[in-house]
Amino acid sequence: MSRDFILHRVRTAVGRRAAQAPAAPPEVELRVPELPLERRIAMFSAALEKLGGSTLVAASAEEARASAGRLLAGRRAVASNVPLLAELGLTALEGVQSGFSTALELRQALERADVGMTGADYALADTGSLVLLSSAFEPRLISLLPPIHLAVVSRDRLLTNLDELVKVLPDPAALTSALVIITGPSRTADIEQILVRGVHGPREVHVLLV
Amino acid sequence: MSSSPLVQIRQTLADPGLQSAIYSSTGRLVEKRRQAISEGDPAEFERWREQAHQIKRHTLENLDYYLELLEKRLTARGVQVVWAKDGGEVADFILRLAREKNARLIVKSKSMTTEEINLTERLEEAGIEAVETDLGEYIVQLAGERPSHIVAPALHKTRYQIGDLFHERLGVERETVPEKQTLIARRTLREKFLAADIGITGANFLVAEAGLAVVVENEGNARLSSSLPRVHIVIAGIEKVIPRTADLAIFLKLLGRSATGQPLTVYTSLLGGPRRPGETDGPEEVHLVLLDNGRTRVLADRAKRQSLYCIRCGACLNHCPVYRKIGGHSYPWVYSGPIGAIITPQFHGILEQGWLPYASSLCGACAEVCPVKIDIPQILLDLRWETVKAKVREDTNRLERWAFGVWAWVMCRPRIYELASLMSSAITTSEGDGWLKSVPALFNLGPIRNWLSQRDLPPPPAKTFRQLWRERAGGGAR
Ligand code: SF4
Repeated sequence: MSRDFILHRVRTAVGRRAAQAPAAPPEVELRVPELPLERRIAMFSAALEKLGGSTLVAASAEEARASAGRLLAGRRAVASNVPLLAELGLTALEGVQSGFSTALELRQALERADVGMTGADYALADTGSLVLLSSAFEPRLISLLPPIHLAVVSRDRLLTNLDELVKVLPDPAALTSALVIITGPSRTADIEQILVRGVHGPREVHVLLV
Repeated sequence: MSSSPLVQIRQTLADPGLQSAIYSSTGRLVEKRRQAISEGDPAEFERWREQAHQIKRHTLENLDYYLELLEKRLTARGVQVVWAKDGGEVADFILRLAREKNARLIVKSKSMTTEEINLTERLEEAGIEAVETDLGEYIVQLAGERPSHIVAPALHKTRYQIGDLFHERLGVERETVPEKQTLIARRTLREKFLAADIGITGANFLVAEAGLAVVVENEGNARLSSSLPRVHIVIAGIEKVIPRTADLAIFLKLLGRSATGQPLTVYTSLLGGPRRPGETDGPEEVHLVLLDNGRTRVLADRAKRQSLYCIRCGACLNHCPVYRKIGGHSYPWVYSGPIGAIITPQFHGILEQGWLPYASSLCGACAEVCPVKIDIPQILLDLRWETVKAKVREDTNRLERWAFGVWAWVMCRPRIYELASLMSSAITTSEGDGWLKSVPALFNLGPIRNWLSQRDLPPPPAKTFRQLWRERAGGGAR
């Protein structure tokens, strides 16, 4: 069997016996600077803007609805089933469909949609990233198939950086089958190193911090 | 492997369009990297490099442990782990699975590991459509070429050539604006994604303790490949393992900056298995193929083991004065540039492409930028030394083979044997002070002297065995 063959070759190559416990791996130095929320929000929106995305800050549910409404303006949107979106009244906005529970329905709606609206479990201030854990409420495809992605994040989920994320979530697969870190709109530079946005994923990413 | 590197090199050097395409693209990548590092804290970047080196070293020294741990964690979450000695075993597995699932169309996202084993060709030969979905890979596949850079596969092509290619192969208008070309690819490939039965991706990292396959990309095609089809297959070399999720914090920051000058690439997927109850999308089945294909051989060499630390960022290619002139297609294997020069001979045998370790001025630029601090120039020197040794061994072998050939020929012919032994007695008995070395000048010639420098024999006796036999038997025999 190839498994045993390969493992045997590995052991011979490095001079180990089966089931021999290794020494502890070298320490990783994680750095999480203490920054006030205002500072983190400023960092987040600056980083996202640099990538071609935008950040909207809303102090109340009303403001959130108004901001999202301006962005949707006559477009067709599909929203995920995370409670936050419904609580803020965003799923009730005009043109927004949500509540899909089968793969086929969801896919068909997404193929027609201009905007995919999702929550985000975390956001990372220093890189302008969103962190989404797929679940029964949050499918993978809403943030991926439509040309515009609108993510709604509660500001207490705004972490400082990637180091903090791996500290908070050392075992992501215990919580989700897929975690994705989204840092700006989909892009490529495969043709002459010229930047183009919106290859297979969305060309626009907007984040609503509530 | 392509046959004549020299022809390809001459062609590349003589093609001004190609020269400027390679030079300007690698130049932009160099600049983006430099900017990303100087915007942050360069001293911190150095610390990450050192940590990454140590983590890789530790993991490879205990590789069997981490592979088994990874397998255990993934299996517990419903992932099937498959081990493959080589490309043939990978293809066999996928074809078996494809037959079982009645699959006709496979979407693939960029992966050097699958390039290494020519997976796409193998699948297409078996009658399965396998479509590359990374824009650069898609262009290269349409053109019937292979990638010329490990991060930017179509780096050797201009947008005008791509316009012609799309026009010819896809029947669309000739477009020379990259944005429009990208849109054409998006539309064509979206159809494929929606119809695909199986998605194949590589993995940049495998996290043992947490049971994760980590895939890094900018376009979103790897996310689509791992979300839309019912079956997702991850193919990764066994050296891709790292111990903990926390290690990712180091490696992801290094990879993005070194490859394309991004603090983080656009999409980083941490995949932990098939979709769970209640989820509306995601694959129903996930398989991980762990590939050896020569890696354990490299692992066995203590000094050169670090060649396996590589995270395929491409920085050493972009900074290499040789790569920037001769381009990726001049190298015999899918891995080009300095990293290609050190791993090709180790995977394929030292004499297979003996010129590779010499295709370097040993300027050291590669080692200076390598995010995992592989000492590429030192490995090049070691390989040169081994090449020389292997060549000498081969030459000596040739002479020995010839000498033993003559000996065998003589031994099969009694008359000639008798004559030869008479002759050797005649020329060596004159001074016979014991050993062959001290006698006639005939033996002090060229290769014979070399051979005798480490060996000696007593001289042949004055009378041969046959002569003595004949005397004793009273001259009766024969
Ligand atoms: S050898 Fe180092 S610089 Fe070159 S591709 Fe690998 S990791 Fe990057």
